[in-house]
Amino acid sequence: MTTHAVSRRDFVTVLATAGGGLLLGWRAGEPSRAAMTAASAAPPAFVPNAFIRIGSDSRVTMIMNQVEMGQGTYTSMPMLLAEELEVGLDQVQLEHAPPNDTLYANPLFGDQETGGSSSVRSFYEPLRRAGATARTMLVAAAAQTWDVDPTSCRAKRGVVTHPPSGRTLTYGALAEMAATLPVPEKVPLKDPKDFTLIGTPAKRLDAPDKVNGKAQYGIDVRLPGMRIATVAASPVLGGKVAGLDEAKAMAIPGVRQIVNLDDVVAVVADHMWAAKQGLAALAIRWDDGPNGGVSTADVVQGLDTASQQPGAVARTQGNAAAALASAAKKIDAVYQVPFLAHAPLEPMNCTVHVEKDRCEVWTGSQTLTRAQGAAARVTGLPLEQVVVHNHLLGGGFGRRLEYDYVTQAVRIGQQVEGPVKVVWTREEDMQHGFYRPYYYDRMAAGLDAGGTPVAWTHRLVGPAIVARYLPPGFRNGIDPDAVGAAVELLYDIPAIQVEFVRHEEPVLNTTFWRGVGPTHNVFVIESFIDELAAAAKADPVEYRRSLLGKAPRARAVLDLAAKAAGWGQPLPAGRGRGVALLFSGWGSYLAEVAEVEVTKAGELRVHRIVCAVDCGTVINPDTVKAQIEGGVNFGISGALWGEVTLKNGRVEQSNFHNYRVLRMNEAPTIEVHLVRNLEAPGGIGEPGTSITAPALANAIFAATGKRLRTLPVKDQLRSA
Amino acid sequence: MATLNINGRDVTVDVPSDMPILWVLRDVVGLTGTKFGCGMALCGACTVQLDGQPIRSCVTPVAAVAGKKITTIEAIGDTPVGKKVQQAWLDLEVVQCGYCQSGQIMSASALVAKNAHPSDAEIDGAMSGNICRCGTYPRIRAAIKQAAKGA
Repeated sequence: MTTHAVSRRDFVTVLATAGGGLLLGWRAGEPSRAAMTAASAAPPAFVPNAFIRIGSDSRVTMIMNQVEMGQGTYTSMPMLLAEELEVGLDQVQLEHAPPNDTLYANPLFGDQETGGSSSVRSFYEPLRRAGATARTMLVAAAAQTWDVDPTSCRAKRGVVTHPPSGRTLTYGALAEMAATLPVPEKVPLKDPKDFTLIGTPAKRLDAPDKVNGKAQYGIDVRLPGMRIATVAASPVLGGKVAGLDEAKAMAIPGVRQIVNLDDVVAVVADHMWAAKQGLAALAIRWDDGPNGGVSTADVVQGLDTASQQPGAVARTQGNAAAALASAAKKIDAVYQVPFLAHAPLEPMNCTVHVEKDRCEVWTGSQTLTRAQGAAARVTGLPLEQVVVHNHLLGGGFGRRLEYDYVTQAVRIGQQVEGPVKVVWTREEDMQHGFYRPYYYDRMAAGLDAGGTPVAWTHRLVGPAIVARYLPPGFRNGIDPDAVGAAVELLYDIPAIQVEFVRHEEPVLNTTFWRGVGPTHNVFVIESFIDELAAAAKADPVEYRRSLLGKAPRARAVLDLAAKAAGWGQPLPAGRGRGVALLFSGWGSYLAEVAEVEVTKAGELRVHRIVCAVDCGTVINPDTVKAQIEGGVNFGISGALWGEVTLKNGRVEQSNFHNYRVLRMNEAPTIEVHLVRNLEAPGGIGEPGTSITAPALANAIFAATGKRLRTLPVKDQLRSA
Repeated sequence: MATLNINGRDVTVDVPSDMPILWVLRDVVGLTGTKFGCGMALCGACTVQLDGQPIRSCVTPVAAVAGKKITTIEAIGDTPVGKKVQQAWLDLEVVQCGYCQSGQIMSASALVAKNAHPSDAEIDGAMSGNICRCGTYPRIRAAIKQAAKGA
């Protein structure tokens, strides 16, 4: 992708000298023609940076680079800006950012990307700085107008005041002049103790439209003359169409066109019902290609074989092999976690209008510039002629970090006159995902005579998603995501070795899934440390605590969760409590206690989850709680039932009847306890998911004595 | 041709009688607040009310709604109960991605309209057909109780 560096100073200068029309200059090639017309009619604006636009009508628009998929960024990002800009959240309007890595790259990844629980971590300082810069310039404009010292002026709720004289000017009145002033190189940021917005439970800005049906997701796009298409891609990766009955499909009223692209067939129609019926009528026959005989057992065998060899060393301290060999007691275990679908409730969809010299795309994406690049590659158009409009996402969970559905829609759109909305059925979504990989982990630990661990080895086997997705991040054979949380192991063990064996299974596409590396590794680590505690005949909380002497924040959340959960207090028969601890590159510390019941018939019921969270500086405490609640429930679905399996190269699951997810009647009570401090902000969207499977597995062990080393739980307790 | 009563207005549409009303609402009439999630009445995202009863519009054909009143998320706020449910949703910050919430609110409004004091078991019974992948269930339960209290 072509980008050229524009410094903020150049950018602002260009915009400022262009006056009201500057908005167009900035947005050229980005918004739709209709939006550009609207923008050109807007009053002169102050655009101090890529995140803030203030009109002479005092309208404050904040441009949202990080996308909203439920995690609350459309409230937390504005809070960061508004805190330093000195405007109220009720005074701002939000706008989706266009694709632009130069302006909106997430510093953690180098491109415009929402994922990895990174938004607050990445933009805590840049957005505050953007707000402070704008406010400084507005105050300077007021001070110049009044010929007073800027330090004698105050800004609050979009108004600059000069208290000695009582004069006031609104941001709108100051916008034009502020736009002519130089951008300060350095602006002071507030001392956190002076925050009035950050750290308070602000109401979600996206909520009102989400309770009345007005919220617009990608799937809700409607354009004049738009057709609706649904698709069937080869059920086996790498397969091709061998035959289909086009005439039968075309006979369905409302069906307009069949687009056969060999690896995928689309039925273009007046509405989804005709498209679905048309697709069924096609009765497509597939040539499966080389993967047509593959089943899950083949994948597991490949992983097991790969696990026999050493991997790239991701962390080493002491001599783990020697310490293991001389330990009083040695414990080995193999852990496995399955392929998982994200199953966001909004199925994959993308609307496109492909013309000779222009391609317009409407969708919901976690990675806008990749979506734009994909459309450019398919059409051969330069990026400037590819316009991407982002929308609210009806769930992302990592699935919308991929852009396969954009590529596919543009390929279809090339064959269709006018705009076309491509909507996947649930079945298509379930069976053509980019799945959480199947991981296979070999664990070994040595204990001394007192049961204290003296050696810990962790060899994990799976694909290197980062090698495909962010190649510069893949170094020395290590996928930094795949080993997440495994290399950050906090337990004070003298000899540790963590190895990664890269093993690609090209029969299914894989990608990041909520909780990424830690979702798999924390299950393995926290189940295994529980095994060690059991071998040492120690209490699971006490055992962990004794190994956390060098990790006071971890110990504090562990103590808090244990106390709040009533750890150690008696439970009715059949019930058990399990504990888990989490720390990873997200920078957050969590401890969770799960309370479960296993009936005599082997039915599992999750009664209560208590989670203690230290994520450092909190932006919106209610969002942190909501993300933990939601993350926990997402984790329960995955741990109890989540499993994508292969037979004859095909995904066996198709819809929510055989890809079971948590429902209201199964949802536990969840208590979240926040530790408040001013440490650097940590990620919060994913940890609740990652910590839940081990807390459940350890609770099951406490209730039944059965150690589950393979997920999902499913009916493994039936024979217990 | 079929005439449907949608949110209090008669709308005549040229669609086959076996067409699920989900697609009539979304693709023909242009009311996109009702969501597509599964197409098999498994997830509840498409829930609308038919004469006040919650139904899955993805499996309810046009032929089955003749002479009945369809209410969608766009109009549920016009009913006293729907308004209270929406307000409770906002007060308790229920939504995350929000995609399932149209269906959740349509199911919850129907429950609260006929049961002023729903128990946990009754909430489970009325709401377990509505999947929320973001896992907002604890807040949905609390919001239903709050809305019922004010109903």
